Amino acid sequence: MQRRAAKAAVFAALGDETRLMLLARLCGGERLSITQLAEGSALTRQGVTKHLRVMERAKLVRCVREGRESQFEFDPQPVVEMQRYLTLVSEQWDQALVRLKAFVEMSG
Amino acid sequence: MSDRVEKKIELKAPVEKVWSALTDSQKFGEWFRVKLEGPFAVGEAVSGKVLYPGYEHLKFEVVVKAIEPRSLFSYTWHPYAIDPKVDYTQEAPTLVEFRLEPVAEGTMLGVTESGFDKLPSERRLEAFRMNDNGWGQQMKNIEAYLAKAE
Repeated sequence: MQRRAAKAAVFAALGDETRLMLLARLCGGERLSITQLAEGSALTRQGVTKHLRVMERAKLVRCVREGRESQFEFDPQPVVEMQRYLTLVSEQWDQALVRLKAFVEMSG
Repeated sequence: MSDRVEKKIELKAPVEKVWSALTDSQKFGEWFRVKLEGPFAVGEAVSGKVLYPGYEHLKFEVVVKAIEPRSLFSYTWHPYAIDPKVDYTQEAPTLVEFRLEPVAEGTMLGVTESGFDKLPSERRLEAFRMNDNGWGQQMKNIEAYLAKAE
């Protein structure tokens, strides 16, 4: 049940353009501060913080304290699981298309 | 982050034949392993029974969106609608599109399924569960079918 709730939180966290943008910036692997993440965007520090907390609860990002500043880094595990879902769908299509290929190429 | 699955496959059969295998609901059912109750028509729902051993209690239903002869066939459906007691019609469906293109060897078929981002998270979890419990069985069904087709 805990696993399910965790996955639901990941999908909810990813269903937002701003958060995807923030996540894309963190995907480089570098730890970034809230100030750095707010730079060059229309977001305020509070706005960035709010979105980061949603992703932190979904365990997409980790908060690391360095001195007085909070920094955030990407935690790839939940994304890997979402990818697994699309892989499952993809495999099912592969199987169906193998059957279609047999059907159109073999029958007279 | 992708919300779609895209496939491309070259079929050594003329476009006309592939088109018929996709849009004639009886023929579609033969390779998709489903027994459909009626023909495909734009804007209409067609339902049927899944023919996989162990999954016969499941209902298969699509709503046809486009039939553009020899070029595009599309429908929406609810992927992994695995619980016969649940009404999935309230949920956002995914869109499946088949695009055909003639090539020297026969037909290039593109399949796209999109809209996974709009699926309720609970349903995606169900699919995970189904994968864990049922994937091994699914593989056996496919092997059995291919062995028979040879």
